[in-house]
Amino acid sequence: MLGQKFQTSVRNIFFFFFFFFFFFFFASDAAEGFKVRLSIKTALGDNAYEWNRNQRFLFQAAIAFAMSHHLDLEFNVSNILVCDETPRVSFWFVVTSPDDPSRLVGKESVELAVRASRSRINNILLLNDATLEFIGVLPTLAAPVKPATPSWLIVFGVVIGIIGAGIVFLLVSTVVQKKRYVADCGLVPIVAIKSDNLSLILFGLHSSKENEVAEEEDDDEEAQMKRMAGNEGICNTSFSECDRNTQM
Amino acid sequence: MGEEKNPGTEERPKWDNKVQYLLTCIGFAVGIGNLWRFPYLCQIYGGGAFLIPYLIALVFQGLPLLYLELAIGQRLRMGSIGVWKNISPMLGGVGIASMVVSFLVSMFYNTIIAWVLWYFFNSFQNPLPWSQCPLNANQTGYSSECEKSTSVNYFWYRETLNITEDIGISGSLQWWMVICLATAWCVIYICFIKGIDSMGKAVYVTATFPYLVLTIFLIRALTLPGATDGLVYLFTPDWEILKKPQVWLDAATQIFFSLSVAFGGLIAFSSYNAERNDCERDALVVGITNSATSLYGSIPIFSILGFKARTNFNTCLEQNILTLTNHFDIAERNMTVENYDQWFDYLNVTHPGDIASLPLRVCDLQNFLDQSASGTGLAFIVFTEAVLEMPGSQVWAVLFFVMLLSLGLSSMFGNVEGVLTPLQELKLVPKWLPHEVLTAIVCLVSFLIGLIFTLGSGNYWVEVFNAYVGSVPLLIIAFCEMVGVAYIYGMKTFSEDIYFMTGRRPNIYWKACWMVISPLMLLVVFVAYVALQAGTYPTYPAWNPNYENFPQTETKEYPKWVFGIIVALVVVPILSIPVVAVYNLIRCGMKKSNANVSGPNPYSNEAFEIETQERNTQSI
Repeated sequence: MLGQKFQTSVRNIFFFFFFFFFFFFFASDAAEGFKVRLSIKTALGDNAYEWNRNQRFLFQAAIAFAMSHHLDLEFNVSNILVCDETPRVSFWFVVTSPDDPSRLVGKESVELAVRASRSRINNILLLNDATLEFIGVLPTLAAPVKPATPSWLIVFGVVIGIIGAGIVFLLVSTVVQKKRYVADCGLVPIVAIKSDNLSLILFGLHSSKENEVAEEEDDDEEAQMKRMAGNEGICNTSFSECDRNTQM
Repeated sequence: MGEEKNPGTEERPKWDNKVQYLLTCIGFAVGIGNLWRFPYLCQIYGGGAFLIPYLIALVFQGLPLLYLELAIGQRLRMGSIGVWKNISPMLGGVGIASMVVSFLVSMFYNTIIAWVLWYFFNSFQNPLPWSQCPLNANQTGYSSECEKSTSVNYFWYRETLNITEDIGISGSLQWWMVICLATAWCVIYICFIKGIDSMGKAVYVTATFPYLVLTIFLIRALTLPGATDGLVYLFTPDWEILKKPQVWLDAATQIFFSLSVAFGGLIAFSSYNAERNDCERDALVVGITNSATSLYGSIPIFSILGFKARTNFNTCLEQNILTLTNHFDIAERNMTVENYDQWFDYLNVTHPGDIASLPLRVCDLQNFLDQSASGTGLAFIVFTEAVLEMPGSQVWAVLFFVMLLSLGLSSMFGNVEGVLTPLQELKLVPKWLPHEVLTAIVCLVSFLIGLIFTLGSGNYWVEVFNAYVGSVPLLIIAFCEMVGVAYIYGMKTFSEDIYFMTGRRPNIYWKACWMVISPLMLLVVFVAYVALQAGTYPTYPAWNPNYENFPQTETKEYPKWVFGIIVALVVVPILSIPVVAVYNLIRCGMKKSNANVSGPNPYSNEAFEIETQERNTQSI
């Protein structure tokens, strides 16, 4: 009986020293453990939670989940050992194997497990890649979203469409106006001094006859009608829009 | 003397009203340079103290030149070529020089508008594209060029310009820049399609909109934290700096280039005026508005720059705080921006070795305020970075770039007008060619030649054009203009013209300026400018990612062939002045010798001319 108690106590002391040496080594050497740093106040501001035993338990559970998910073994919360906590909220952790608690799981598999379930771990602790840092584990970068058509092309298309429509509209209206002018006065817009109505009439009639011959293919109905009117009566251009400014 | 019209020419276009004319002139004078050159000069030349040389230059150089151009344009009612030919056939070259300079300037100026358009198109995204670095090729990290400089720099140099390392390496045409340049020319075309009828309507918007946006920015900027830092920094006068001649030179050149004289555009605009119009008051209005706009615009600009400096300073401190908190495992939020200094002193005493080993940045607010820029650097790098920090970045970015667009467009109107009006007077253009087609041809040719600026090395070429075309030739043209009017046309004749137009003769101040002070100032500025330039071989800052001090720009010398082009750009525009003068001298000499042989000219009844002159003096 005493022998058994002696044996267990020796074994406990042995494990104690074993773990002590392990923690000693990895606190200074970081062989198989990872340093974790949390920035809770930065992430949550006024809704920040206090880091205490229960929150640490949640962290351990999250890591246990990640390890189980990655290695397909059953990890328990007791397999995740946390130590060296600071007020910063940073600490070290190691993962022990579920089959053999004295053996630590390799750093590489822990890293892969954490990377695989990183977003899940982040969400459990209400943090993100920047505020929950695993020192040594690179965060996976989110590729920037690229839409099918770059949005600037859309804006460009709108602007050039408006401008193009404007140019076409203005050019067409100028051409139409010129044709109406020609039909209206029967004159190409060359300003000549008009001294009395008599010369006006002469100009009007003479040119409209020429116009009739020259512009037979003119399919502008309005111009045709005006030409007909001009032939029948006197083209009194005093009231037309041909001259914007009166000649002195 | 009324207008002489040949039967067969169209009557001269007219402004709809006085406001249109004034807005066009103000829009031409007020350009992007008022925003991105004047505040920078104010800052480096001792803030409020710079206003003294600036205002002196305005009064003794800027306003007389402005008044002169508006007066002769209005009196002689022709574009720059016609006006100078009219004053004296030997001065005909001045008009041609103005036209060539306007053409060259309009090409590179529209490239700047194309850049503004590109940024405008890209401002309709969330997040703004210059806020993030893109990933590198194998998606393991951010692009190294972007990491070393900033995302804003990267967006400007790589994604906008795709700039090469050297002006000699042309690269290829950047298709996105080509379509932006095409858009810019289409906008110019649609505004000019009906001559000043359409342009006069466009100018209601382009000349007034910048003031609206500046006011909005002013109100917003003054409420930002750090605005007062920027304003204090800008306006604190340093009177010692007035002893440096460089300050006076820069003030004179700034006023001169800011008023957009010697382009021929102002002469063209005033030629569409009524004959009896008070051009003295117009000149004063335009000149004073231009300077007032510069001052007014520098307030929001510097408030925002102060805000940016304060933000950068805070970011720098917070980075240091993070480094220290992580290293010493201090609780979060114990060390803040406010108590950083006390913590730092305490830690430096207790753990000096650790502090020395940490990569802490030196954060100095003055340093950040000194990081000023002018030109494209201010608009596309510094300001876009500031806009990222403001809440609602997209709105501010869009507003800012639309304002730059309006400012640039209204200046472009003057430049293009300085090309179109003289072109029609040169009588090279056939009569049957409609105005719209001529405008289209000019725009198309400018666009095709301007494709140079869309190459990889385009930005370097814009700098070349900006520094050399838009400087020395203008000084020479302005000098010739002033001397031509004051001495060849005659101050007496000019005073009579002004009396005819405004109802009063110019007073002693104007006369003294036109005859003595302004030409003297122009001469001094020109000589000083050339002396400064000729002292050193011209260099340019190149963006070279492989440079050892990257992200600083590498200072390179221009290659010999570029230097040759620079000399050509300076000489060719003003070459026409002596060429035309000599040609006319020879022709005059030949005519005189011919006239002596043939005797009295049966076709010239000089009595008629004397009669009209008498009638002229009687009517006024």
